[in-house]
Amino acid sequence: MGEQPAVIATQAPHPEAGPHVGEPGAAEKPDSAVVRDSLGVGIAVGLSGFAFGVTAVGNGLSLLQACALSLLVFTGASQFALVGALAGGGNPVTAAAGAFFLGMRNAFYGLRLSQLLAMPRWVRPFGAHWVIDETTAVTLAQPTRRARRIGFAVTGLTLYVLWNLTTLLGALGAEAIGDTEAWGLDAAGPATFLALLAPMLRTATERAVAALAVLLGLGLLPVLPAGVPVLVAALAAPLVLFVQGRRTTTEGTGR
Amino acid sequence: MTIWIAIAVTAVGCYAVKLLGLLVPAGVVERPLVKRMAALLPVALLAALTAQQTFADGSQMVLDAKAAGLAAAAVALLLRAPFLVIIAAAVVVTAGVRAIGG
Repeated sequence: MGEQPAVIATQAPHPEAGPHVGEPGAAEKPDSAVVRDSLGVGIAVGLSGFAFGVTAVGNGLSLLQACALSLLVFTGASQFALVGALAGGGNPVTAAAGAFFLGMRNAFYGLRLSQLLAMPRWVRPFGAHWVIDETTAVTLAQPTRRARRIGFAVTGLTLYVLWNLTTLLGALGAEAIGDTEAWGLDAAGPATFLALLAPMLRTATERAVAALAVLLGLGLLPVLPAGVPVLVAALAAPLVLFVQGRRTTTEGTGR
Repeated sequence: MTIWIAIAVTAVGCYAVKLLGLLVPAGVVERPLVKRMAALLPVALLAALTAQQTFADGSQMVLDAKAAGLAAAAVALLLRAPFLVIIAAAVVVTAGVRAIGG
């Protein structure tokens, strides 16, 4: 992606461009504006750790386990998925597999970010923990390398601190109120998934994948062990791609 | 104990893929098909998870207050509400429907 610098001016300039080349087409953006954008995202999403803490404890995890997940996993969708799978009675490995597959998208964010941020090698093991949806979104939106580095660092730090703090508060709150279902808090998990999913449904392909995954995920529940239907539903992605590939091939040969 | 095992496996796995992305040279995985798959996999997983956590209780299908909550979240999404408002809409409506339904 970063190899074609000429595409759009607001997109990433050439990552290999030396320091003296400047960054043609990239408007300067004041540091304070970058920090403001980053704080906005970091605070808004960071606060939703509260929903995770509540959901985790509501689904039978201990306070320590909820906090360990936010500290060590730190990628929201995977955390919610793991908690849901464990509550559904899935075995730990199947549950972890679903969470892991969801987390795989972060590898592709990392590919993009390593070009844009040009992190020194020794920083990467530390920076890696913050490679998630939100930090990537903020970083990609910045015009210069300096702005991107500030954006990544400020969003990452704000989000990490707040997410863990609100997880703790949510877990404490859930322990205090006891019956989280009476408060409708069990709806927080699926609503989070929906909010993450909606912006991804841009074209017919994504919608077809989502529809097929829903059918597989619900349809297979009675016949497969807990946690497995979600993994089978993931096959909706290659299936739709395969069908689409065949269709374009047949159209291409002009039948 | 099984919960701790799941947490440990998830933590190690999720960290490993994050680090992998930063360390691997871009050309190795940046093929169009791999990128398409990477973009579509979360779509499939999130859709299945949303449906299951709304309409399933264990291996049973259920239609309860959560469905109303999720519909409220969908409306909030269509109105481009902020993330927290979307979650709050789902929670409040679910609680409200449960309170009315007894």
